[in-house]
Amino acid sequence: MGRISLENVTKTFGTVEVIPPLNLTIEDGEFAVFVGPSGCGKSTLLRLIAGLEETTSGRILIDDQDMTEVPPSKRGLAMVFQSYALYPHMTVRKNIAFPMRMAGIDEAEQEKRINAAAAALNLTDYLERKPGQLSGGQRQRVAIGRAIVRDPSAFLFDEPLSNLDAALRVGMRIEISEMHNRMATTMIYVTHDQVEAMTMADKIVVLQAGVIEQVGSPLDLYHRPRNKFVAGFIGSPTMNFITGEEATKRGADTIGIRPEHTEVSTTEGMWKGTVGVAEHLGSDTFIHVHDTGLAETFTVRISGDIAVRHGDTVYLTPQPDQIHKFGADGLRIE
Amino acid sequence: MAIVAQTTKFSKIAWPVLAWMVGLLFFFPIFWMVLTSFKTDADAVKPEYLFWFKPTLDNYLNMTENYDYWRFARNSVITSVFATVFTLFVGIPAAYAMAFNPSRATKDVLMWMLSTKMLPAAAVLYPMTFLTKSLGLFDTHFLIIMVLSLINLPIVVWMLFTYFKEIPKDIIEAGKMDGVDTLGEIKEILVPLAWGGIASTALLCFIFCWNEAYWTVRLTTTEAATLSKLIEGNRAPEGLFFGRLSAVSTAAVGPIVVLGWFCQKQLVQGLTFGAVK
Repeated sequence: MGRISLENVTKTFGTVEVIPPLNLTIEDGEFAVFVGPSGCGKSTLLRLIAGLEETTSGRILIDDQDMTEVPPSKRGLAMVFQSYALYPHMTVRKNIAFPMRMAGIDEAEQEKRINAAAAALNLTDYLERKPGQLSGGQRQRVAIGRAIVRDPSAFLFDEPLSNLDAALRVGMRIEISEMHNRMATTMIYVTHDQVEAMTMADKIVVLQAGVIEQVGSPLDLYHRPRNKFVAGFIGSPTMNFITGEEATKRGADTIGIRPEHTEVSTTEGMWKGTVGVAEHLGSDTFIHVHDTGLAETFTVRISGDIAVRHGDTVYLTPQPDQIHKFGADGLRIE
Repeated sequence: MAIVAQTTKFSKIAWPVLAWMVGLLFFFPIFWMVLTSFKTDADAVKPEYLFWFKPTLDNYLNMTENYDYWRFARNSVITSVFATVFTLFVGIPAAYAMAFNPSRATKDVLMWMLSTKMLPAAAVLYPMTFLTKSLGLFDTHFLIIMVLSLINLPIVVWMLFTYFKEIPKDIIEAGKMDGVDTLGEIKEILVPLAWGGIASTALLCFIFCWNEAYWTVRLTTTEAATLSKLIEGNRAPEGLFFGRLSAVSTAAVGPIVVLGWFCQKQLVQGLTFGAVK
């Protein structure tokens, strides 16, 4: 079991309110991702759940039990840190065994769990090494191994892939997702990378300045962002926002069009512009268009390749059913 | 190119020569002391026996037979070891608290601790003497251990604080998640990780305790008197007995020089810890 509920949780540092009253429930077995820009309070929220920060007010319930005042080790949670936070003076084996040793689990059982975790994480050959002799990916696996053997009710991940290079990050992302599918344990994952959020989450919690902007499935957030912030944060490249006449005639203060929901032609279309930069990725082409009279830069993403270069004239046409409308308050208009 | 080559050649010769000169300058008083310890008191003041003299062990034999050197040495060991252990016992948790759970007052507390070192010892000499005598603590090991501990505590806390600050907070927090309590964090994680820093702090504290003379001379007579007291005791109304004094001084600094020699790598490592990232 691993149902986690936050009830009117607040956090204040001195006079600064980092988390205003916040309510959230993460169901048992769910993969929830907290996403938001730097300083939005996502890590603080995770640390509140872990017990590494004291809540200023409100309650944190784990499996309907009030854990607000319970120390971190007694909450039944395991955490994986961005910096791996391995004990450098211990071997991999001792690192993984450490939480079990602290819990007083007998040595035979410890050995069984270490071997199982090492096999699952491809660490069997490295058990006698110290963290300093491992690569970044292996260290992160050890950190995950140390979390797994505790058999926690939920895993907390604090930007665990940020220190890895791009290729390794993709691999670890898949490994963690597979681990979740296999174990079906609640996982809360903090990241500022919306691609990680979109690819891994059952539920995404978008935060800004400690406030939950939207909670929903990745596709829900993508197709029906509740406000301009979520619309701009979810999706890569980011959504194009247009104000003025084009928005007004559609009954909105601002309209948003995703780069991939715009068609490009060199002969005809709704809006005319000049190609600033065309990024040819092979599978996709990103075109940054200037002089449209809509926004400083209008980004378009098209599948495959298109023969356009800097300075070419292009015509843009948005897909009519994919135009998002927002009011003056920034909220979505249906 | 020629200029660069010349400069390099000059540097290669000049720096070692300078280093040797400075080294010899520092070493000379020690050398002189050891040399004098093998002279008789009469020879020690005669210029013609500056380097060429008939060496004698009389001063050392006299020191052990008549001055009870071993008792003073034992007191020095007892007070220095216990004071070092006690200082670390108090200093490690204090530095841990300030490094990993700092409050707004932490910086002020650290400054205040250091400021106690700025008080001239002479300013509290009489109150300390009267107080310790009236409490019946004068000339006891307990008093000397306490005094040495309190004198060194600020510097020990500062040093440990600096080492502990280098340890990532995440590791301590990982420990919290893994189920260790505060004592466990210190024992299982902090001490093994900061072992180098703790060892060099302990060594430095021990050296300070061993060499302390102001209080150990003034707050003891016989029972808890340390080697500093023995050296000081070689002063007579007729003047200084240089031979004897040198022997006592050599025997007093000897153990600490040997200890320092064996631990110099650790000591230098500890003192420069954190200086280079």
